[in-house]
Amino acid sequence: MLQRLSRREALTVGAGAFAAGVGLAAAPARALNDYADQIKNFTGGKTPVEGRVKLELPELAENGNTVPLSIAVDGPMDEGIHVEEILVVAPANPNARVIRFRFSSASVPEASTRIRLADTQDVIAVAKLSDGNFFQASRQIKVTIGGCGG
Amino acid sequence: MAEIKPRIRLDKKDVKKGDTVDVKTLVSHVMETGLRKDASGKPIPRMIINTFTCELNGKFVFGCDLESAVSANPYFDFKFKPTESGTLKFTWVDDEGTRIEATETIKVT
Repeated sequence: MLQRLSRREALTVGAGAFAAGVGLAAAPARALNDYADQIKNFTGGKTPVEGRVKLELPELAENGNTVPLSIAVDGPMDEGIHVEEILVVAPANPNARVIRFRFSSASVPEASTRIRLADTQDVIAVAKLSDGNFFQASRQIKVTIGGCGG
Repeated sequence: MAEIKPRIRLDKKDVKKGDTVDVKTLVSHVMETGLRKDASGKPIPRMIINTFTCELNGKFVFGCDLESAVSANPYFDFKFKPTESGTLKFTWVDDEGTRIEATETIKVT
C-alpha cells in the first residue's frame, strides 16, 4: 500500500540517495582530490546516511593553517553500540584525508582539533558505528588564505 | 633533539564512576607537510606526528591517525568516562618513529 511521504520524509530519502556525492555548494578554485574514494574505502563501499554527525567549523577561515574543527555524533544508540571511528576528508586539499579519530566504548563520541585547509570547500565527516552503520555530515567553509603550504 | 614536553589538562582527576572527563592535549611539532619548498626550491620532506593514542591502564581509550592536514602543534580535546583508577598514558609517534609520551593519574570511586 502506498503511503504519502511527508515532505520531511521525502527530503530525507532524497538526501540519502545523494549521500555519496553530497552537495558541493562552494566552488573551490583547485581541482578536487580522491575524497570520494577515501570515503568508499572507509565504509567498505557502503553509502553513509546523512545525519547524526555534528561537524563544526567556522564559516570563514582567514588563516587556513589553523582552523578549529569539532565533531560529535548524537542521537540515541542501542545498548552496546558505540562510535568506533570518524574520518574527516577535505575535497579541495592536496590530500583528501585530514584525520581519523578512533573511539572506545568508554569514549563520549566528540573530539576537537585544528586543521589545515587549502581552499574554500565542503569538509566531510563520516562516522562508523560498531553496528556497521555509517553516518556523515558536511560543512562549507570559506578560506581566504590557504594553509597547506603548497 | 630537545625533550618536548606535551601539555595535558584533565578537567578532573578525581571522579565518580559514570562521570565524564574532558582531556585537552597539546604537543609541539612542526607537522611539516612535505608540500613546502625551501629557499632554493628544494622540497622539504614530510615530517609529521602520524598517531596519537590515549590508554588507561594499558587499555585503549581514544586516538587518532593524523595526516599532514592537521595543524602544527597538534591539539586534541576529547572526552571519556573512566571505569577504573589508574594511569592515563598519552603517546604521540612521528614519521621517524620518534615517540613522545606523557602520563596522568586518575582516581575513580
